[in-house]
Amino acid sequence: MTPVRHILTEMESARAQGHDHDHEHQAVPSDPALRVKALESLLVEKGLVDPAALDALIDTYEHKVGPRNGARVVARAWVDPAYKQRLLTNASAAIAELGYSGVQGEQMLVLENGPKVHNLVVCTLCSCYPWPVLGLPPVWYKSAPYRSRAVIDPRGVLREFGLELEDDVEVRVWDSTAELRYLVLPERPAPSESMTEEELAALVTRNSMIGVAKVTLPGVSA
Amino acid sequence: MNGIHDMGGMHGMGPIEVEENEPVFHHPWEGRVFALSLGMRAGRGNLDNSRHGIELLPPADYLRLSYYEKWLARLEWRLFHLALATADEIRNGKAAPDSPRFTPGLTADMVPVMLGRGGPARRDVAVAPRFVVNERVRARNIHPTGHTRLPRYARGKVGTIERDHGVFVFPDTNARFEGEKPQHVYSVRFAARELWGDQASPHDAVYIDMWDDYLEHAGT
Repeated sequence: MTPVRHILTEMESARAQGHDHDHEHQAVPSDPALRVKALESLLVEKGLVDPAALDALIDTYEHKVGPRNGARVVARAWVDPAYKQRLLTNASAAIAELGYSGVQGEQMLVLENGPKVHNLVVCTLCSCYPWPVLGLPPVWYKSAPYRSRAVIDPRGVLREFGLELEDDVEVRVWDSTAELRYLVLPERPAPSESMTEEELAALVTRNSMIGVAKVTLPGVSA
Repeated sequence: MNGIHDMGGMHGMGPIEVEENEPVFHHPWEGRVFALSLGMRAGRGNLDNSRHGIELLPPADYLRLSYYEKWLARLEWRLFHLALATADEIRNGKAAPDSPRFTPGLTADMVPVMLGRGGPARRDVAVAPRFVVNERVRARNIHPTGHTRLPRYARGKVGTIERDHGVFVFPDTNARFEGEKPQHVYSVRFAARELWGDQASPHDAVYIDMWDDYLEHAGT
C-alpha cells in the first residue's frame, strides 16, 4: 500500500518548523476549535452535512442516550426472569423491547456476572462500546492504560477500580474486535427484594455494566 | 497493520485516570467533530476504512492527541482521500469556487431513524462456516500492512470456538474498498495462560471475536 501522510501531520510539521509565516495562505489554526469550525463551514458549503442534523446528533448523545438506558435493561432482567432469559439468548431483540437499538449496538450480547464468573469488556484496538445502552464511552475506557492492560492484567485493572476478586473467580475479558457489542449484567445486590424496578435501576452504574465495578446498595461498599 | 493502536498487552501506559461526573463532550468542538464524522459517514466510505484513518496516524501523534483530536485528524484524512475536499479547502475552510456541491446524506429529521436502525455489519447470505463450536483453533500468524481486527497478542495462539455469531463483513478487505467478503465471525476463548504465560491466573480467559480468515485448525 502507498504510505499515507496525514494532512494533520503535514500541517503540524509545517507549524513546528516555523514555516507558517512563509505560507500564510496555508496557515492553519492550531486550536482544534478553530479547525473544526473551518471544517464545518466547508462541509456545509459543499452540501456534505446539514447543520441541523449535527445539532440533533449532539443532542441525542448529550441528553437522550446514556447509561440510564442500560440500567433499565439490567433492572428489568433482575425483576423479570422471562425477560432475563430473552436478554441472554437474543440480547438485541430484548434490548429493543425497551426501545434501545441502532448505531454501535446493532448486534448485542449480554454477559451475566455471578459469584464465580466476572466479565469485563474492552476494545484493545479502538473504542468499541455499546452506544444505545451506555451512550458514548468515557475517556478512561478509550485510553491507552485501560486498553493495554485489561487483557493482560484484568485483576490489576479491577483493583485500580477498587474491586478485589477472589482467586477462584473466573475473569472473562471480552475484547470487542468485531461488530458485536457487549453489556455486562451485574449481580443483583442483596438484600434488595423489597426494591422496585425503578429503585434498582437507580443503583446500576455505567462502570458495573462495563464490568469494572459491582452494583452496591447505598452505604455498602464493594 | 502492526500499529500503536494495537495495544493489548503493552506495559508502561500508566494508571487509569477516571474523571468523576465526566461530561459527554469536554468542549463544544468535540461534539461538532463527532457529529461531523457521523453526518459525513452517511452514504460515504465505510466504518472499517474510517477506523483505518485513525490507525494511520503516526504513533507519536496517536499517543499525544486526545480522542476527538484523533477524530478531527481522521475527518480531514477522509475528506482528502475520498476526494471530497482538497488540502487547501481543508486549510482554508472555504470551498473552491468550481468544486462540486452535494446534498447532505443525513438531515435532522432522519437522525432518529438512522441512529435507531444503525449500520448492521451482519450479512444475510449463505456462507459455510469453516469451524464449529468447541473446535480448537489457532489464530493465524499474519501481519497485514493494512487494516485488520486480529490483535497481535492473539496471533499464533490456540483457543476454542465458543460461539458462531453468524456472517459479517470482513474488515480487512472492506477497509480497502475491495469488497465485503462476508464470512463467519466466532467468539474464540483463549486461556489467559495461553496468551500471557504462567503470570496469568489459571482461571481467567480472554474472548476475542474472530473472522474465518483469521483462523486455522489446531487439531487436538
